[in-house]
Amino acid sequence: MDIIRFIIRRTFHSAFVLFGLSIVIFAISRVVPGDPARMALGYQAPEAVVERLRIRMHYHDPIFVQYFYWIRDASSGDFGESILTRRPVLDDVKQTYPATLELAIYGGLFMIFGAVTLGTISAHNKDSWIDNVVRVFAYLGVVTPPFVFGVIFVLVFGFWLGWLPTIGRSDPVLVLPPKVTGLLTIDSLLVGNMVLFVDAVKHLAGPSIAMAMGGMAQGARLTRSTMSDNMSKDYIAAARALGIHERTILWRFLLKPSLIPTVSILGLDIAAIIGNAFLLEVIYNWPGISRYAIRAMQAKDLNAISGTVLMLGLTFIVFNITVDVIVGILDPRTRLTAQRGE
Amino acid sequence: MSSTPLLQIKNLHLDFKVYGGRLKVLDGVNFMIRPGEKVGLVGETGSGKTTMMKAILRLLPEPPAMIYESEILFKGKNVLKMSRQGLMQVRGRGISMIFQDPTAALNPVFTIGEQLKAVVMGPSIQPRRMSKEEMRENLIKPLRDVALADPNRLLNSYPIQLSGGMRQRVCIAMALATSPELLIADEPGTSLDVTIQDQVLRLLHNLVESKNMAVILITHSLGVVRERTDRVCVMYAGNIVEEASTGELYRKPSHPYTQGLIAAVPKLTGGGVSDGIPGHKSEYLKPPTGCRFHPRCQYVMDICRQQKPQNYKISDTHTVACFKYQELGLQQDINQINVGQSDRTI
Amino acid sequence: MAKLLSHSQTTVVDHAKIKQLEFKNRAENFRRRWYQFTRNRLSIVGLGIVVIITWMAIFAPLVAPFPEQAGPYTDFARAGEPPSREHPFGLDLIGRDVLSRIIFSLRPALLMGIVVLSIVVPFGVFLGLIAGYAHGTWVETIVMRITDIFIAVPALVLALAIASVLTPSLSNSMIAVTVMWWPWYTRLVFGLSSSLSNEDFVRSAELMGASKAYIIIKEILPNCWGPITTKMSLDMGWVILIGAALSFVGLGEQPPAPALGTMVSEGAKLLPDMWWIAVFPALAIVVVVLGFNLFGDGLHDALSAEKS
Repeated sequence: MDIIRFIIRRTFHSAFVLFGLSIVIFAISRVVPGDPARMALGYQAPEAVVERLRIRMHYHDPIFVQYFYWIRDASSGDFGESILTRRPVLDDVKQTYPATLELAIYGGLFMIFGAVTLGTISAHNKDSWIDNVVRVFAYLGVVTPPFVFGVIFVLVFGFWLGWLPTIGRSDPVLVLPPKVTGLLTIDSLLVGNMVLFVDAVKHLAGPSIAMAMGGMAQGARLTRSTMSDNMSKDYIAAARALGIHERTILWRFLLKPSLIPTVSILGLDIAAIIGNAFLLEVIYNWPGISRYAIRAMQAKDLNAISGTVLMLGLTFIVFNITVDVIVGILDPRTRLTAQRGE
Repeated sequence: MSSTPLLQIKNLHLDFKVYGGRLKVLDGVNFMIRPGEKVGLVGETGSGKTTMMKAILRLLPEPPAMIYESEILFKGKNVLKMSRQGLMQVRGRGISMIFQDPTAALNPVFTIGEQLKAVVMGPSIQPRRMSKEEMRENLIKPLRDVALADPNRLLNSYPIQLSGGMRQRVCIAMALATSPELLIADEPGTSLDVTIQDQVLRLLHNLVESKNMAVILITHSLGVVRERTDRVCVMYAGNIVEEASTGELYRKPSHPYTQGLIAAVPKLTGGGVSDGIPGHKSEYLKPPTGCRFHPRCQYVMDICRQQKPQNYKISDTHTVACFKYQELGLQQDINQINVGQSDRTI
Repeated sequence: MAKLLSHSQTTVVDHAKIKQLEFKNRAENFRRRWYQFTRNRLSIVGLGIVVIITWMAIFAPLVAPFPEQAGPYTDFARAGEPPSREHPFGLDLIGRDVLSRIIFSLRPALLMGIVVLSIVVPFGVFLGLIAGYAHGTWVETIVMRITDIFIAVPALVLALAIASVLTPSLSNSMIAVTVMWWPWYTRLVFGLSSSLSNEDFVRSAELMGASKAYIIIKEILPNCWGPITTKMSLDMGWVILIGAALSFVGLGEQPPAPALGTMVSEGAKLLPDMWWIAVFPALAIVVVVLGFNLFGDGLHDALSAEKS
């Protein structure tokens, strides 16, 4: 019951944040000098046509009116047309989003699994050589930016070892399955096309692991330090003193409280993957929303920029709520204390 | 009361390895308790009482803790040499411990029921052939014993939802759920206000009476000790400096430290407040030579600075580690301490 | 009367003594922190890296083997030469010495870090202090909600978005990063400040009638320095990283001026053949971030060392 209340409260909070974000994005898009109508139609277009577009874009109206129209359109998904593709931004987003989502999901899975495993191993074997190796690895993982990993992976796994493909989502030779979820791996499984599934996974491996490294490393470090801090906590000593089985202590009573800070950080990191995807999509030429956004940014395609940034912001927010809910489930303290005044 | 000791600590030396060197926390401590006996362990914060108790159950990570030249015998078996399996049998079943801060002692992300269940199941991970009702009964009974209302709701609650007094009772319930033979109570109720503390102590008293448990009651409060124990050990800087049956300790406090402690208790009947014991807290990295109390002692003699005092016998039920009583002769064997008539004033 | 005089006499003497003791105290404190810092060898490595990087950036024209090749320079005859004794990191597509370019690119990188942080920290910390102390009032709500908005978007996305609407240049990329970076400090200090404002020493200062400004500056802020400084040193690395990301997509320092991100993106297109053009700048980024991270971690240990 209190979970529901928790979710509702977070949603309200996020709605406000989203609203504020829209203002910021709108402000950013209106900072640009230059005439968006003229830019959209090009030099050749006659002035009258351009003027009509200006009026339609509410260009001459006061800024608040402009915002109102923009927000009204945006909430129904209309971000205008992209200068580059000449299509509604919404369509572009719908097409490219699943690709990035798939990257993010697999990246997230790698991250969680890697972080928890490495962190736990490290904590249990504290100060041994295993621990030191993991710690060095984790440290390097945190300081190395994802695009550096991308470059290294492309070089090592792509060219030198030839294990993984370096471009795109799938082999152009293969036929794509019907789009159910937009996620290649799921869709290909649904149709039973194993060849395509394997191919999709191979294409995913490089970029998603590269994206996951940073978060994985940070998660591993956090798990390790939280777990080793908790190991000397009184409630673990008390549990031991009362004769509770050692294995129960390690894998239940120690693991759960140690995961809590990790989960919230991992959640942030998974959401941040979406941000990290930016450069990796460029390196791997991945047809995702980030590559689309970068091209838009390089071309000053304002509609596309505002559309994608808002979408990404929305994704991030939804993600954060989900993570908070999961943390709320795991840690009764946040759930219960949040009730009494925020 | 049989006289074969239930727990016997012989010559316990415990050091902590830290950056600057080694903290010599326990300096050759001897301690003994018999089945059903109630012994108080008194000393200021930092005197080593909790450390010694944790050492009994081997709860201290070993490094940085180092135990050497010592024996800790529980029912004849040396705890320091036990295997993991053996230790798990002793903890909770033979010896149980109530920690000082009940809030810290409870795992915040698990319900009381889950934690209690883990205690009851103990060393066996496989759920024993117990029906759900049986298990439930096993969980509710300890909670009822500590006079907690509505045990069913409690089982599904988290520690954060409970008051301090309730948490303390839950900790007691968990400690007693397995019917241990020896209970170590580390400053029970000190984190609670005085009236609740009194309730808790009374509750504890009734419970251990009914089960005839041996109890080591750690406290810094002389008042608590006076009411609830048969025998008292006074600890200072990692040594037991005086040991006597409770009544006798109050009648004839002999060690200068004990005298200072008793004098420091403000009396209701005039006399004002004492000046306290001069000097600073015990220093473990480079402890004072000889008797560790000598820098603060008003009776200090040359020999106190050079040698460590042994246990001198004041009476059959009273020893003290102070050179003032050197002429009285050594106590031969700690087992010889007899408890006089019950001196408890309940 | 006489009593009053002697009282004021002792007060004068006390002041000087107090100053002396304070100085001694601080010196002792510093020595202790330094001891803690040097406990971990890695922290010293971090400090060393930071010092070397700074030194290289300042003295780039003297340190780089071919300083003229860092700017507009072409030598197509030798373009794309692999690493050799003369050019340890090889030559790029236009024939420029990669090593020299990397050294010179440290300049805008460090500059960005310094400039961004010197704006972001005072601003963000100030807001955080106020919001934290005014816990529960509308001040807190407004400040923190605005902070939340900026934190709502992944950092890189926001930075890119801002940078993209401005003309690509180093200063504009600095503006972009500054605009989206300050909320993190506000959030950090808010957490510290609001929990500290419940502490007894703050309460007692309030009771004694100290003004809000006094409390914030003299009581709360000193306790926040540790985490702030740690974050600052770690952030140097991250800001440089975001700067590299921005120049990677062409939104930062413009060519032919050398920038780490630009070099990586140019080199990425040439993989795997002339791998040195991408790999060495990439490794340089790693080393820079690593250095600041190690240093920051060491600072953290030194500043939060507690004797148990």
